[in-house]
Amino acid sequence: MKTPRYTEIEGRSPRFFALMAVLIAIIGAGLISALMMHGEGHIITGMTNRIVWGTPHVFAVFLIVAASGALNIASIASVFGRTVYKPLAPLSMVLSMTILAGGLAVLILDLGRPEHLLDVPLTQFLYNSMPARWTHSVFGWNFILYTGFMFIVGIYLWFTLVKRHNKYAKTASLVAFVWRLALTTGTGLIFGFLVAREAYDAAILAPMFVVLSFAYGLALFCLVLIPAYAWTGRELGDVIVNRLRKLLGIFVAAALYFVIIFNLTNFYSAAKADGIQNFLLFGGNSYSQAFWIGQILLGTLAPLALTLLPGFKSRGALIIASLLVVIGGLSQMYVTIIGGQAFPMDMFPGKIVESVIGDGAIAEYSASLYEILLGLSGIAITLFLAVFAMNVLRILPESLADKDIDPHHSA
Amino acid sequence: MSQNKVDQYRRQFLAQASAVAGLSIAPGVILNTVHAKPADQAVSNKNRWGMLIDANKCASNCNKCVTACHVENGVVPAKEINHETDAKWIRKVKLTDKQTGHVQTIPMMCQHCANPPCVDVCPTNASMKREDGVVLVDKHACIGCRYCMMACPYNARSFIHEETTEKKYPRGQGTVESCTLCAHRIDDPNGPNNPACVDACNAEGHKAMWFGDLKDPQSEISKRLKQYGGEQIRSDLGLNTGVRYQNLT
Repeated sequence: MKTPRYTEIEGRSPRFFALMAVLIAIIGAGLISALMMHGEGHIITGMTNRIVWGTPHVFAVFLIVAASGALNIASIASVFGRTVYKPLAPLSMVLSMTILAGGLAVLILDLGRPEHLLDVPLTQFLYNSMPARWTHSVFGWNFILYTGFMFIVGIYLWFTLVKRHNKYAKTASLVAFVWRLALTTGTGLIFGFLVAREAYDAAILAPMFVVLSFAYGLALFCLVLIPAYAWTGRELGDVIVNRLRKLLGIFVAAALYFVIIFNLTNFYSAAKADGIQNFLLFGGNSYSQAFWIGQILLGTLAPLALTLLPGFKSRGALIIASLLVVIGGLSQMYVTIIGGQAFPMDMFPGKIVESVIGDGAIAEYSASLYEILLGLSGIAITLFLAVFAMNVLRILPESLADKDIDPHHSA
Repeated sequence: MSQNKVDQYRRQFLAQASAVAGLSIAPGVILNTVHAKPADQAVSNKNRWGMLIDANKCASNCNKCVTACHVENGVVPAKEINHETDAKWIRKVKLTDKQTGHVQTIPMMCQHCANPPCVDVCPTNASMKREDGVVLVDKHACIGCRYCMMACPYNARSFIHEETTEKKYPRGQGTVESCTLCAHRIDDPNGPNNPACVDACNAEGHKAMWFGDLKDPQSEISKRLKQYGGEQIRSDLGLNTGVRYQNLT
């Protein structure tokens, strides 16, 4: 394989400016929404004291999970020695960082008092609170995992891009790989450790989130890679496209396996089978629709067909499959996060429970425009930073043509 | 009767009267000394404050504990009543047995767990448990992430969704709050030590709620718990709640 030549993408064409303008507009809409949520309060959202995490969390958690998955291409190339993916490693690293930045931005902008993060004296936060929190708060772990991920992948990228440091890249890739597994495990455990809520409280959520991240991250990777090559007139050969297609299919299939096991296990418990599980899957509500239509049909079965059946070889098919995986991922988060809260907690088994706050009843939720705009701005932040990085850093190979990446290729 | 005899009777009378008076006021004095601590002294783990609620004595048509709590702590709706977003430090819950149709009502609030999930998950230490077992939120450290609300098994916490007009107590829009067990009363050496809800219940004559020190075997609440038992809601979670219920059938 030839050593790829990395160059920046151009940043002067009307198309580039148009893309950046659209992304900035969406980010602006998200920021205005966040400002309004802080001025007026969360009363302008659809969130309540029962549905405390709403649409922003659907986007934020999806992006945070996808972030670690986007690093997979780099890991496969470096940790598992599949050199065909090596030219894609820098983009994989940059994307994983920008996706995480997009997700964290949404998470922070949705906080009730984000400024308190600064008010809490730094010394107290770092030297008193955090060590204590490490042992208790999964959020505390995740704070370390997120910042650590940015730092480690940043170093890994530096070692990869600067030739004289290349010899350290392998070690950095190993550290990054272990760290990304820990990060997604930590994200899964944010829900897995919520023992009081029947929708969560399962250790399988941690490995399930890891496998979901493979599919979500690769889908976002394809959605950036293919347009980037098409719009900059660079050559992207069938070898790499077909490998990505198959890889996406395998990841989606693995995710389906975990989803089946998770749901079947929940049916094993009589209380869950009649309660939360029946509600989420067969309740005839927006959650059961999101599960069957969004997560299973559009997000799993359709991409499986588009990636694994022999009839779909075009780049368009891979783009559509990736888009569907993203839709499936957002549906999955909607079912898990919002559906999981909507079903009442079983505080008094064997009793019909009623109260003014809706104990014992299904909690209503409808997303407000502010929440949707804030969530979408997370994706826009991700893409804006990714395009900006491609414009200022040499991370994209000039050619990914078959002859450049596959020595045995015969045209 | 000689003067000496009169003096002897007088002394006996005074001694007996003193003893009776002493015995009469002693419980109050002892209660106050148990509750009160000097204002400059930190709370300690010598006490663990708790509450006992008798479901049989809680009147289904009474809401006095809720009103008293919300008046005491300035928990009022912002502009118009919206039960889904308004803060509720305490609420009445109606329980109907699915088999028998037996109906009970109980007040529900923060259960002041010894192992509180809300404190475990808080990333900034805003959710905290005092040495005396009272679980509180530091509004200045709360970032409003609502993870504690996700973790609470009792729906006991409220997020302040909009600016409130009540100025009696500082309320933090964008932060989380819940029952404080009227910690300001517990800490006030001169004030009433019972939480407002308990006083309101007693004033109505229902006497369905007891407040006291779970670590003091001589306290009324400890004696009652020892004699009649008391159950924890979601005891399966092993949280060791400070609020216990009796006659929950």
